[in-house]
Amino acid sequence: MTVQTLCNSFGWTILTEGDLSRAVTGCYCGDLLSWVMGKAQEGDCWLTVMGNVNAVAVAVLTDCACIVLTEHAALDEEAKARAEQQGVTILTTEQNAYQAAAALSKVL
Amino acid sequence: MESIKLHYDVSGVDFTRAGAASGDVKRVLKQLGVSPVTTRNVAVAMYEAEINMVIHAGGGEIDVEITEDAIRMVLQDHGPGIENVELAMKEGYSTAPDNIRSLGFGAGMGLPNIKKYSDEFRLETELGVGTTLYLTVYMK
Repeated sequence: MTVQTLCNSFGWTILTEGDLSRAVTGCYCGDLLSWVMGKAQEGDCWLTVMGNVNAVAVAVLTDCACIVLTEHAALDEEAKARAEQQGVTILTTEQNAYQAAAALSKVL
Repeated sequence: MESIKLHYDVSGVDFTRAGAASGDVKRVLKQLGVSPVTTRNVAVAMYEAEINMVIHAGGGEIDVEITEDAIRMVLQDHGPGIENVELAMKEGYSTAPDNIRSLGFGAGMGLPNIKKYSDEFRLETELGVGTTLYLTVYMK
């Protein structure tokens, strides 16, 4: 399943576009960055409410497939610019982390 | 492979730059064809240390040496030092202030993550003088 397919299947909106053909191989939920940093796996779809520049750094370093901002959590301008520059895909959904993860579990 | 040396100055005020050094090292390792697992270990350990420098120490300096068998990092700051290393090494223990926590930090996983992702870990700290971390990640 690619990031693009996820967007199409769940109606998640693209805020910044990285590699949409990237395969999503897992899912991780979390807002504490060090926690996510230590535990998220490459290829994960990361569900969080953290839309700041540090979250973008964590996404880059863990090599996750995309960030999904749940409950339409805000993405600040700086983070948006950094994500675009670094090719990180950020999506947004009105679903909360539980709903988004439950949806993902059916297709992963 | 010849040894490659990299040096970074970490700003103590600019949170938006935090992660720049680890991101750069990650890019270099990728270019060198270093395995994803080794690259990740270095990236996580270094990012945590970089963030610690910004949160607690007003910045610092990082030296990285990449050789055929390992990546060696020396991360030095001139911050307040760590009062209780045993506590600081405990998962979940954090002294990060509230404004830092609101950014998503302060999980108390910094030093534990650094140790977990390094093959060799040595911490030297002195109150009022600063903290230096010596980390080695073997090529896997």
